[in-house]
Parts: sequence; structure tokens; C-alpha cells
Amino acid sequence: MTTIRPVNTVGSTALSQRVNSIAPSGIRKFFDLLASMDDVISLGVGEPDYTTPWSIREAAIYSLERGRTMYTSNLGMPELRKELSRHLERCYGLHYDPNNELLITVGVSEALDLAMRATINPGDQVIMGAPCYVAYPASVQLSSGEPVIVPTTEKNLFEISPSDIEAAITPRSKAILSGYPANPTGAVLPREKMLQIADVARRHNLLVISDEIYARLVYGIEHTCFASLPGMQERTILMGGFSKAYAMTGWRIGYAAGPREIIAAMTKIHQYTIMCAPTMAQAAALEALRTGDNNVEEMVANYNHRRQMFVSGLRQIGFSCFEPKGAFYAFPNISTTGMSSEIFAEKLLSEEKVAVVPGTAFGECGEGYVRCCYATSISELEESLVRIKRFVSKHT
Amino acid sequence: MSNKEILRMLEKDAKLTHEQIATMTGTSTTDVSQIIKQAEEDRVIVKYKTLINWNKVGNEHVWALVEVKITPQREVGFDAIAERIYKFDEARTVYLMSGTYDLAVVVEGRTMQEIAEFVTRKLAPIEGVTGTVSHFVLRRYKEDGEIFDTKEEGKRQAVIL
Repeated sequence: MTTIRPVNTVGSTALSQRVNSIAPSGIRKFFDLLASMDDVISLGVGEPDYTTPWSIREAAIYSLERGRTMYTSNLGMPELRKELSRHLERCYGLHYDPNNELLITVGVSEALDLAMRATINPGDQVIMGAPCYVAYPASVQLSSGEPVIVPTTEKNLFEISPSDIEAAITPRSKAILSGYPANPTGAVLPREKMLQIADVARRHNLLVISDEIYARLVYGIEHTCFASLPGMQERTILMGGFSKAYAMTGWRIGYAAGPREIIAAMTKIHQYTIMCAPTMAQAAALEALRTGDNNVEEMVANYNHRRQMFVSGLRQIGFSCFEPKGAFYAFPNISTTGMSSEIFAEKLLSEEKVAVVPGTAFGECGEGYVRCCYATSISELEESLVRIKRFVSKHT
Repeated sequence: MSNKEILRMLEKDAKLTHEQIATMTGTSTTDVSQIIKQAEEDRVIVKYKTLINWNKVGNEHVWALVEVKITPQREVGFDAIAERIYKFDEARTVYLMSGTYDLAVVVEGRTMQEIAEFVTRKLAPIEGVTGTVSHFVLRRYKEDGEIFDTKEEGKRQAVIL
């Protein structure tokens, strides 16, 4: 028997305007349908299919055995910050002072929230490309700022255009939020374009908040760190993490690197809300930085094989599919089926038991696309392609 | 795509078809077939085999790691004796080692008795072999990078944005 709760309980009136301003996920129905099904091939995930490499897990176990279960410094373990500083120097030639320019966070998710809360005043605008990761607009709204969406297109390789950014600038513009390599499109921004965006940021005195969680997952192209562009370190909050490169999603560990005033402000919020990132996850992250490179290389090589196989499979079915050069997503154009992305995803799930995410989950301009994560076994990818092909031929 | 990349893929999974390798590396099937054919001819690819977990079908096999000490011979060093040993079918793996002994020989048989017979009647009496120490394998946990009985149970949520 279901109990029907009255609508006007304290619950609904208690909510803040701020939280009410965030649109609920438009694909609830889809999640419910998914939860009721077995044997689904899921291309709907946003994480690696690898478990964390054993050397990293073992380091965390050892740290627990040694009884390292207390808080660390708010900023994170000094050894981890030092190692991270060396890592950023090695990868991008950037120098960050481990004492006051680095903050260890609970994933990039926390870093993103802190960056917004530390820099955005009510009404400030943050310019971002879309389709984009679902938390980008929400994180701005939660800080009472206003997300300004600059659509990107398949034709422009889902690269945000510097002139579109410039056209979106108003006196209230505060920051550009950049997320490349991109979720959900897999796009990677080429260095020349980043230089142009840097130029726009400099001329209009904008902050750049750069989510580079997928930095290590690039294929046949080099990742350029936003902060490494001339003059950009001083106006960039660089956010990175361990989840995707080292297959450490469940550990919830990431970092922010930036000008010391901003890191100090972010740390203030961090110490009142989080205290410090979990100590055992920090121990794992330290080991990842010290010894995880071989694991990363092997995983990247395998993602690349799946990427090429899956994208070519989608194209053979007849989809137009932009070549994703980063992350582990393909973002095929399904508009030729005549279905909206939500209908496509729902029907594909109910008829063929393949889960993909409708592009509209990542912004209105994601209409006509679905996000497929290829971080799954080759045999599952092959089977999903067979099913998608059958689905498409039945409906066109 | 390099030849080495194809070799690494096949080393992990010999069942990959040429078509699969081609799509996974963005190469043509013709090129992949050509590279593999050449590698087979050059014996870069020595053999395609299957890793079996014999524990699951009744333990019909026994293995021993035999340390072998030998006196190296003029001109041929260890090679001639190593060859005499590795030509026996019972010797499944033969390595020249640094350290306190010279050859590591993995011997396979159906019973411990069979292995003991091989070591005492064939291996130890070879001229130049000065001593053997046999260690019987009690359990095979992992071979060639593959864990036989994994206890990992990572399970992902079906949809994560």
C-alpha cells in the first residue's frame, strides 16, 4: 500500500530559493526505467571500467594498517602537495608552491564548488560552453551566479569559439569555465584556440576556471593546460583529479591549483565544510602520483583501441559521429532517426537494453545527440553496436 | 599504429580477429593481416596458446620448479646443456638465471612420481649438471599476468552523468 503524503508539508516550503533555482534532472523517467531492468549493456557510465591499480589500493591499505586515520592539514598532506607540485612541474612546466597554491579536495566536484563560492558574487556571470558536464551551470547557480551558455556544435568540433565568448561578455562577466577534454563530447581544445581564449580573458580581465579532470586521457593530441599559457597561471584556477586517469572515482580525491589569494579563500570554505579530503584517499593519491604512470599509459592505450573501434562502428551504422580526441565518450548525432535524444535513449533501453545518456542532459544544445561511454569491454561494445544497428534499422 | 602495438594486443588476447585489430587501431585489415603474417613467418609470433585453469577440471597436472647448477663448457657456455634440457617435452620453461643457481626449469608431469623420475633419470645425470633442487608447485595463483581466481567484484552504477 502506498501512503500519499500531503503536498504542503514543511518539506516543500522549507527549501531555499537557491536550491529551487536549479532545474531537476530532465531524465528521471529514464533512470527509473533503467533501475527496473536486468542485463543492460550500459554505455551510460562516466567512469573507467578498471578497478584502481593494486599498488595504489595497497598503499591505502598500508596507511590504514599504520593507523593513519586522523585528519590531515586542511590543505591536504604536505607530501601529497609536494608530489603534486612536482607532477604539475613535470607535466606542464608550471610551478605551484605546495604550501599555499595547492589544495587537495574531495574530487574536482568539490574544487568546482569551492572555486565558484570563493569567486562569484550574486549576479556575476560565468561563461561556459555546452553541451557540458551537468554540474557546471548548477555550481554557478548554487553560488547565486548566472551561467551564460555558449553553445558549441558538431560542425565546430564542439570547440568553444573565442569570438562567441567575447560576444557573450557583459559588465557582469566574471569568469570563463572551461572543461576540456570534455564530458560529454570528448572534444579537446587545440592550443591555438586556447591562446585566443586566453587573450579574451586577459583583455576583459576574466578569471578562467579550468576543469582538466580528463587531462591524461587524450588520443593522438597533446593536452594543453590552461594555466600553462603565457600569463594565464595568475588568472586560472586549475582543477584536476585522480578519478579518471588512475581509475579512482570512488576515492573522491582531486585538487585545485591557483593564485594563493584564491586558494586561501577556497581553503576557508573547505575547512568549514569538509575539513580535509579523506586521509586514506590522500595516501592512495600520493602513491598514484609516484608510481601510477605505467598504469595510466596502459589504460589510455586500451581506451584508444575501444574509441577507434566504437566510433568506426557508429559511423558504419550511419551516424555522423565527431571524432572524440579525449575522455572516454563518443557523442553520435542521432537526429537522422527523427527521434529526440530522450526518446532515442528510452526506446533503445526498453527495446534493446542498451543504456546511453540523452544529449539534452548536458544542455539544450545536446538535442540530437546521445553520450556513449566506451570505457567498457570490447565484447560489450561490439554487442551494443549490433543492438544499436538493429534498433536503427527498425526505426528508419 | 605500430607493429609493436598489434603484438601487444595479441599477447593479451590471441582471439582478436584481424578485422577487430584493424578497427581498434584505425588501420586497414589488409595491413594488419600483412603485419601479422610477417610476424608469424619471422617467428616473432611464436605460437597462439590458451591459458587453462586446470584446477577447475580436476588437477591432472603437477609442476615443479627445478633449480639446476651446471658447469659451463668452453666456447658454448651454458647453452649446450640448456639445449639438452629444453628439448625434453617435460621441461616447459627454461631460463638462464643470475644468482645461486644457473638454470630455472619448470617441469610438468601428471604425477609427482613422474617429475621425480624425470629429474633423477634424465635431468640430473646430464654431464655438466652438478646439482638440482626441486620445488613442487602447490598452487598456481597467477600466470603470465592473469589471476586464476579473481575475487574482485567492482560493480558500476548503470548511469553516471
